[in-house]
Amino acid sequence: MTSPASAPRPRQSLRRHRAARPVLLALSLFLVGAVYAAVAPATTSSADGAADAQLIAQGKDLFAVNCASCHGLNAEGLAQQGAPALTNVGAAAVDFQVRTGRMPMGNPYAQAVGKQNTFTDDEINALATYVGSLGSGPKVPGEDQYNPDGLSAEDVARGGDLFRTNCSACHNFKGAGGALPNGFVAPSIEKTDPAQIWEAMRTGPGQMPVFAAGAIPDEDVKAVIAYVQQVNATPSAGLTLGGIGPVAEGFWAWVVGIGSLVLAAVWIATRGARA
Amino acid sequence: MSTDIEKAHPEHGELTPDSPVPDPGVEEHVPRFTDVDQAAADRAYRQIVGMLALVPVLVIGFLVVYFAVPRDAELMVFGANLKMQNTLLGLTAGLAALLIGVSAIQWARVLMSDEEIVGERHGAASPPEARERVLADLETGIEGSSIRRRRLIGSGMAGALGLMVLPAVVSLADLGPWPTPAVRAETIEKTIWAEGVHLVNDVTYRRLKADEIEVGQLVNAEPETLQDLEGTAYQQAKAKAAIIIVRMDPNSIRIPESRQDWQVNGILCYSKICTHVGCPISLWEQQTHHLLCPCHQSTFDLGNSGVVVFGPAARSLPQLPITTDADGYLVARSDFTVPVGPSFFERDSSKDFVEGDR
Repeated sequence: MTSPASAPRPRQSLRRHRAARPVLLALSLFLVGAVYAAVAPATTSSADGAADAQLIAQGKDLFAVNCASCHGLNAEGLAQQGAPALTNVGAAAVDFQVRTGRMPMGNPYAQAVGKQNTFTDDEINALATYVGSLGSGPKVPGEDQYNPDGLSAEDVARGGDLFRTNCSACHNFKGAGGALPNGFVAPSIEKTDPAQIWEAMRTGPGQMPVFAAGAIPDEDVKAVIAYVQQVNATPSAGLTLGGIGPVAEGFWAWVVGIGSLVLAAVWIATRGARA
Repeated sequence: MSTDIEKAHPEHGELTPDSPVPDPGVEEHVPRFTDVDQAAADRAYRQIVGMLALVPVLVIGFLVVYFAVPRDAELMVFGANLKMQNTLLGLTAGLAALLIGVSAIQWARVLMSDEEIVGERHGAASPPEARERVLADLETGIEGSSIRRRRLIGSGMAGALGLMVLPAVVSLADLGPWPTPAVRAETIEKTIWAEGVHLVNDVTYRRLKADEIEVGQLVNAEPETLQDLEGTAYQQAKAKAAIIIVRMDPNSIRIPESRQDWQVNGILCYSKICTHVGCPISLWEQQTHHLLCPCHQSTFDLGNSGVVVFGPAARSLPQLPITTDADGYLVARSDFTVPVGPSFFERDSSKDFVEGDR
């Protein structure tokens, strides 16, 4: 980046130079950009209320169209639909549920499962800002809260310990997911976006418990995310069979292994065609 | 029992005590295609020789792979990451062994004679003269040992051998402590939880503030004093003292009167060790408040003092009485009031919480 001081300064003798016009144009554009960059954050923070009010209004409209039929016009929830009040779930919960396609739900009586999200980033932002403005709850995280880049090997090891202690009971040792009672499932988190892992831990979607900062601060969440990424980036030997453990392996051993032994035994013992 | 060899092989169909089922005899022999059709026999012959001829090719392939394929070369098959050399070595050697086996069986099935031949066996008992001879030898030996005249040698030997059991019995019985009431009270009926011990997050040993625990939160926790222990003592203490802390909306759960002061605003603390066979459990559903053990699907209702709602566990999950210290951190009020973990023979189960207790 060039500073204004080092940019070519138009002088009397250079005014009619061929390059004068384009250079001047570039300089003025740069100056406008620099001034805007310097002033813009201040403008947004001073106009925070106004911009937010606009976002909240947009979010409220979106909410009324897409969410209110179950969660109520004021996000107060509707017990007979099984829809919880959203007044204190926080913006992070909305960002998670909508961005992963879990909300709006297809069937309100079954588990919300991830599917194609049909909202734009701006719409999700407006919805999350609106719901976040209704009460308390975690905000949408910044990248410094979940990005695991640059963690040390010790951090990843601690993340592994934390993952196996807190997460593996439902999500399996490498995050492949698993079965829960009553037909519910813990989804695979092998390819889940780090921001969404952070949001899921902080907001506890569905049957998942909350893992709040009081016990697991952001540094530990980053370590957990780093572990999940590393364990899934490590190539595994042979067929993983979904990485879901002894059930799949036993299935193969019984059906393929013992099945082919039985077929071989039958072939050995048959007497074949006779004249 | 008769030793008559003739009698052991009676005539066809005749039933005797030594032959209680009728002898079905040999099945009538039907020739195979390869027995009557020379062309079929030649075809089978060529197949078998062909399979055997492939074996040297595979063996040479094995040697080529062994020396030619680099050790770190990889192979992707159906999304699986395989070592190329190992895979090819296994395929060539395995296929060669399989072809040898298949050709041998095929040889026996279609080319070797399949006429059944009866091979008669002699009886299992020794002939009478051999048995008389053995008995006579034994008698000579006993007589020669003088044990009948000098009887004390025999009883002395028997007593000495019998006493040799004692060292084994005593040392084996001393392998572990005798589970007397006093020993049990200091081992399996006790954990390192005590009044004032802080509850800390497992792995990171972070103390837990009551007002930082949210409704729906689950914390896998340990006593803070665990970090002072090492080695076997650490493992044994951790295996018994592991806990889970959950916070539920106090209006959505049942807290019996006797346990009102065991919790802090809906923050409840339970043993993490299943009362069935002792697996650690942390699969908690925050909406139903059910805790599921992955080993045998025992399910405990943490919103109802940990009673069993499903599965083979017979007893409620023990609850740890907790409170807060002056700075608002969670601390234990005492040890568990009942032994944690699976049942044992002498366990007094009269103090366990059962549905309906107040």
